Amino acid sequence: MQYLVSVITDKPDLASPDEDAAIDVFNERLQTEGHWVFAGGLGGPDTATTIDNRGGEALLTDGPFVETKEYLIGFWIIEAPDLDVALKLATEGSKACNRKVEVRPFL
Amino acid sequence: MSVIGVQEAITRAHRAEWARVIAALTRRFGDLDIAEEAAAEAFATAVERWPQDGVPPNPGAWLTTTAYRKAIDRIRRENKRGDKHKEAQLLYDDDPPEPLGPIDDERLRLIFTCCHPALALETRVALTLRMVGGLTVAEIARAFLVQESAMGQRITRAKAKIKTARIPYRVPSTEDLPARVGGVLAVLYLVFNEGYLVTGPDADPVRHDLTAEAIRLARLIRALMPTDGEVAGLLALMLLIEARRTARFTSSGELIALDEQNRGAWDATLIAEGHRLVRERLAAAVPPGRYQILAAINAVHTSARDVRETDWSQVLALYDQLVRLDPSPIVALNRAIAVAELDGPQVALALVDRLEDRLADYHVYHAARADLLRRLGDGQKSRAAYDKAIDLAGNTAEIANLTRRRDRLG
Repeated sequence: MQYLVSVITDKPDLASPDEDAAIDVFNERLQTEGHWVFAGGLGGPDTATTIDNRGGEALLTDGPFVETKEYLIGFWIIEAPDLDVALKLATEGSKACNRKVEVRPFL
Repeated sequence: MSVIGVQEAITRAHRAEWARVIAALTRRFGDLDIAEEAAAEAFATAVERWPQDGVPPNPGAWLTTTAYRKAIDRIRRENKRGDKHKEAQLLYDDDPPEPLGPIDDERLRLIFTCCHPALALETRVALTLRMVGGLTVAEIARAFLVQESAMGQRITRAKAKIKTARIPYRVPSTEDLPARVGGVLAVLYLVFNEGYLVTGPDADPVRHDLTAEAIRLARLIRALMPTDGEVAGLLALMLLIEARRTARFTSSGELIALDEQNRGAWDATLIAEGHRLVRERLAAAVPPGRYQILAAINAVHTSARDVRETDWSQVLALYDQLVRLDPSPIVALNRAIAVAELDGPQVALALVDRLEDRLADYHVYHAARADLLRRLGDGQKSRAAYDKAIDLAGNTAEIANLTRRRDRLG
């Protein structure tokens, strides 16, 4: 079972050196314990381009599909047997990156 | 067997077996939705068949087997439309399941799943009442004053989340257990309190069905986890409050405060059971949690045959203990009421006034101030405080009580 752990923020600041170090430790743990699938940081909503090609002609919009105060800034994809394990890992991930996270299952 | 006898047997079987059937089927099929539907169908079949065929010698086994077959039928029906591969597995595994360890553990799994922290508290309450308590969606909707369709959606969404996000069907590890038991008890206490003091202007002041259901579920959890102190504490607390139920209202539906109740009308059996549990916890000599302290406070009150015999120093000592665990302003308010009995209303009022910025919207805060001001002879300020309390109170019986107290000022 895989879960997406989205990292949510309301500040454009990059991770501090302390946060980076804590994220590294957490990532290593995910790898050693077999939970690691993938992870990455993202550019902010200012760097987003939205495309709608449902109508035959692709419509490009400069910016995110919806403007929100809080937005996605990174993610982990983790392997976990059930939500209890996923929530435990996500709780540690939130501590490590010092940001709010949201957990969702892959279907 | 008479028709009434069969009806009673069905009601009894529903009370005793509903959670077991749901739990066993959820374990077997890994799906609460299938378990719920199959259990409901099995009980409907019992209602149809038992009056003619007679009540089976082992109603629980009959219901489980019937529900199991209904579930298999549904899965086959669905698989005809879809996944052939799954059907092959089910055909291979067609017999009712072997018992998997003690069946009581199955119900415990069910309780912990329904009370999972990834579900909103109101969802946990609804799911627990439906899956463990066996209440219908309509009954739960009525109890919480929401539309039946909205309640149905809440439960459907919860079942879908449990399945899709894979909320596990198991008893938490020893490490997580205390926190998770706390979550289960919070659900039961919320059900009990909703029954005990219903909010809403036109609601009946007390929903006995909810208080009774909360006690029934607490007894079940107590039977499953006999050594847990807080489980015993919450059961004792609810018993000692429930014991005073009939003494809490006048015939016209006005609330009667503890100090004015006819103590002869209290239920001596429930009080004895509650006191026994409190004594058991005292003997365990383990630092008590919140529910155990609240139960002990209620034990002190219910030990006094007359309000003047109340051991207020013990009540205060228990509140001192509770404040250390739970620094909430509501606990501080209740503590101040005990202080009034020992050190007088002046000292207590000073303590109560300190809580104003945090409790200004809570009717009990104003009611407590009003009572203290009345005892200090300040009729004018007391009246104003009663007025505020009446404005903020949501329960009809409480409003009647506060109005009488105010009008008694003269």
